[in-house]
Amino acid sequence: MRVLGTDLSEVASFAVQHAYLAGVPLLLGLLISLPLGWVALRRRWLYPPVIVGTGLLYTIPSLALFVLLPGILGTQILDPLNVIVAMTLYTIALLTRTVADGLGSVPDHVRQAATAMGYGPLHRFFAVELPMAVPVISAGLRVAAVSNVSMVSVAALIGVSQLGLLFTDGFSRSAMGPIVIGVLACVLLALLFDLLILAVTRALTPWRRAVRA
Amino acid sequence: MIATIWDWLSDAANWSGSGGIIAQAQEHLRLSVIALLAAALIAIPIGLYVGHTGRGRVVLVNAVSAFRAIPSLGVLFIAALLLLPRLRGDLAFELPSLIVLAILGIPPILSGVYAGIEQVDPAARDAARGMGMTGWQQLWRVEVPCALPLIFSGVRSSMMQIIATATIAAVVGLGGLGRFLIDGQANRAYDEMAGGAVLVALLALAVDIVLGLLQRAVVSPGLATHGRSH
Repeated sequence: MRVLGTDLSEVASFAVQHAYLAGVPLLLGLLISLPLGWVALRRRWLYPPVIVGTGLLYTIPSLALFVLLPGILGTQILDPLNVIVAMTLYTIALLTRTVADGLGSVPDHVRQAATAMGYGPLHRFFAVELPMAVPVISAGLRVAAVSNVSMVSVAALIGVSQLGLLFTDGFSRSAMGPIVIGVLACVLLALLFDLLILAVTRALTPWRRAVRA
Repeated sequence: MIATIWDWLSDAANWSGSGGIIAQAQEHLRLSVIALLAAALIAIPIGLYVGHTGRGRVVLVNAVSAFRAIPSLGVLFIAALLLLPRLRGDLAFELPSLIVLAILGIPPILSGVYAGIEQVDPAARDAARGMGMTGWQQLWRVEVPCALPLIFSGVRSSMMQIIATATIAAVVGLGGLGRFLIDGQANRAYDEMAGGAVLVALLALAVDIVLGLLQRAVVSPGLATHGRSH
């Protein structure tokens, strides 16, 4: 089916690639920023270097990173791996501070109560501190998800296949149709990611619903 | 790879002239600063109003997060296709890009200003009212100084976004450091492309450091550690 001069089945396959390029780094970035944020919070002298260091990653423009990574990783410029690594770095940049702040927002008396109940540091982290930090971490994850979806489209400028190719293709032919469809598809994908994160957050924090009810 | 980039960067011929690194860096900075000022002129008054009065809060929060989802590359191309045929001269290339850059810069400043004003300690607000301050005095002498750290972090992330997107704007014919990335790719010259990428990253870093120093100079020392976790 064609809408505004754009083949919708092509749009669908671009969208799947786009979701992969934006989604996998989101999970990887979360997995890496959890220990980083924890360390930054636990060892005070590590807080400035870890938080400032990861924050600096975000100042590197995405197009610059997409161009530089092949040289650093030894990959081809068109390799989707470059995009995955770049987006993972941006996710870490956004999430490390949020994880540290989220874990830091767990009240001291809660931590002390858990310790008094016999929770060791590791058990306490996974059973008490991490679940309580979920709302803050999830807010950061939503920002990262939406900005990942938007940034991945820039990779079209170096030719990596995803929704952004609709932009470059439309612009080179002076055709507005594909660009508009591409923007709409990107926004829709960002919305889907957002709803998914909200649903998971809701499932992970049953006590918040209990309080409200 | 480092050697090829270094060779390109250390070649004096690449630095001088109208298309040289210095000229393009100046152009990149000029466009980014204009866009930032335009974004701040629009975003700061709205953010102050919503933060101070609490009116339009829901609309603002939703609008900011919806804006983030819009891909800048697509918007840039749409603006270029719409405006390029209607404008003449240098303005034809600059105006569409500047409009898009300014629009992209608005949400981070807006949410920084609004969140900054909103999180001011209610006790400080009450104290200001108790001292007989008018609404304006309360805003300028208590709320804005207390909100400065968050306002600055909004301005800094806005500037980062503008500098990054100004790189992309080279595709629609704009000058700036993005030229080296786009032209380098067209000529299959990896050294030029990678050299340009290093320069853009350095420029973004340098600007962020300057804004950070400015923040340190302007924000009251009592608030300097604000926002840190316990």
